[in-house]
Amino acid sequence: MTILYSSLQLGLLYGIMVLGIYISFRILDIPDLTTEGSFAFGVAVSAVMAKAGHPYLGLLLSVVAGIAAGCFTGLLQTKLKIHPILAGIITMSGLYSINLGVMHNSPNLTLLNTRTIFTDFRDLMPGVDKEIVRIIIIAVIAIAVVVLLSLFFKSHFGLCIRATGDNQDMLSASSVNVNITKIAALGLGNACIALSGGLTAQYQSFADVNSSVGMLVVGLASVIIGEAIFGRRSVTIGFISAIVGSIIYRAIIAVTTRYNIFPSYMFKLVAAVIVIAALAIPVIKESVRKARIKRGGHKDA
Amino acid sequence: MLEVKNAVKVFAAGTPNEFKALNGLNLKLEDGEFVTIIGSNGAGKSTLFNAICGNFWLDKGHIILDGEDISYKSEHKRARHIGRIFQDPMKGTAPHLTIEENLALAYSRSKRGGLAPAITKSERQMFRDALADFDMGLEDRMNTKVGLLSGGQRQVVTLLMATLVPPRLLLLDEHTAALDPATAEKVMEITKRIVERENLTTLMITHNVKSALETGDRTIMLDAGNIIFDIGKEERIGMTIEDLMKKYSSKKHEEFDNDRVIFS
Repeated sequence: MTILYSSLQLGLLYGIMVLGIYISFRILDIPDLTTEGSFAFGVAVSAVMAKAGHPYLGLLLSVVAGIAAGCFTGLLQTKLKIHPILAGIITMSGLYSINLGVMHNSPNLTLLNTRTIFTDFRDLMPGVDKEIVRIIIIAVIAIAVVVLLSLFFKSHFGLCIRATGDNQDMLSASSVNVNITKIAALGLGNACIALSGGLTAQYQSFADVNSSVGMLVVGLASVIIGEAIFGRRSVTIGFISAIVGSIIYRAIIAVTTRYNIFPSYMFKLVAAVIVIAALAIPVIKESVRKARIKRGGHKDA
Repeated sequence: MLEVKNAVKVFAAGTPNEFKALNGLNLKLEDGEFVTIIGSNGAGKSTLFNAICGNFWLDKGHIILDGEDISYKSEHKRARHIGRIFQDPMKGTAPHLTIEENLALAYSRSKRGGLAPAITKSERQMFRDALADFDMGLEDRMNTKVGLLSGGQRQVVTLLMATLVPPRLLLLDEHTAALDPATAEKVMEITKRIVERENLTTLMITHNVKSALETGDRTIMLDAGNIIFDIGKEERIGMTIEDLMKKYSSKKHEEFDNDRVIFS
């Protein structure tokens, strides 16, 4: 039961982050390393605000922080023409200092006995199991984000963003400013990522400036697991598959650590292996196919 | 109306590889005029198109479209009034979007959509009707991803995208060269129909001299970044490829003789 609860909670919680990765990685076709800074940016902002007695404002400001981080990377990519990967790394590195600054130069911050969105709703629903309340809160937010994103990507501007990752030249030829769509997409993606960070801080009642290390690979692994189940279809299905992928990823981690298959510190390595395997499959398939043709060719001769 | 005034573009200036792609080129197109462009590789045909579209700025000279100097406008702003089709059918469409979504993007030139739905019901019908007009069965595949279409079909979709909102200027960059002869003919026929119907001011690059002489109102030949000759309507009638080649070599000799005078 605890495994189910915790994988659902963490899966949905980080699922919101995975939505952000999906936007940059699948829709924009850029692996955006800003993630590694913007997640902790959300964590820091939300924790400090909650500590000051404003948990909701904290979540809102997490979103704003994410937008700012993403747009900054976008500006580096478009206006200064910095390579997309490098642009993300630059923002990520800079954010490390900013995050420490937000947290008053302390690498972590505890929110024990601090009001959060989770304690508020627990008090509001006294008869309900504490864990269930947490699942409900996270699920409602995750579903809301999926619905909003799906609607957005059906809009005109959303369609322009989708075309950006597909064929920039064509978009430019249709009189759309590609720089703006790129910046907006990165802002939107990092808004999701920072919101996820902000919720995580309040969920764990703990903020850690290092919490976003390896987030990108974890996110990619979740996207890939989701796609293994749903395939690559419409954007809406893509968002749902990202969330489901995240839950399954957390379940895999929970089960493997619970039964001591490997220790919990291994979970980022697992993510890395999943990503490598998923990226390797098409290459392996291709060489198997070629080997078959070769063998067939010999038989014919 | 398009006017290119004294266009100069030098690539890799100041290096041993310096290359004058456009060398003081002047060109004027009246409204609704359809001009075909021929010329060998490196003559400056695509450079001229790139300059008009704003892929780069000219080193010298001006480009004026319908009375407006667009020489220093950004590419996507110019694209609002210029439709361009490339030789490569992959270039003009987004493969992972459906036919309908591609058309909707192209249609956005006429409106600023923002957060409104990307495609409305009436637009959907309009796209269907426009495609049905081409008689290729594409109107029944509106929700097919463009990446699944053949090169010819993609080029037809691109053609519709470029002309859905009639542009002030249509640029065709060997847009049938990558297609098989039958498809090329079909796409060419559709092109002529659209250009005529919308009375579009059009420039078309082609390597097919025969097609250049048969299509449109006027043919120009580019050589070393300039117009070597400009054949108007009357002169073009009855002109054969041989006539054109003769004209070319006599022009070349003339130049050569001039050079000899200078150097002697």
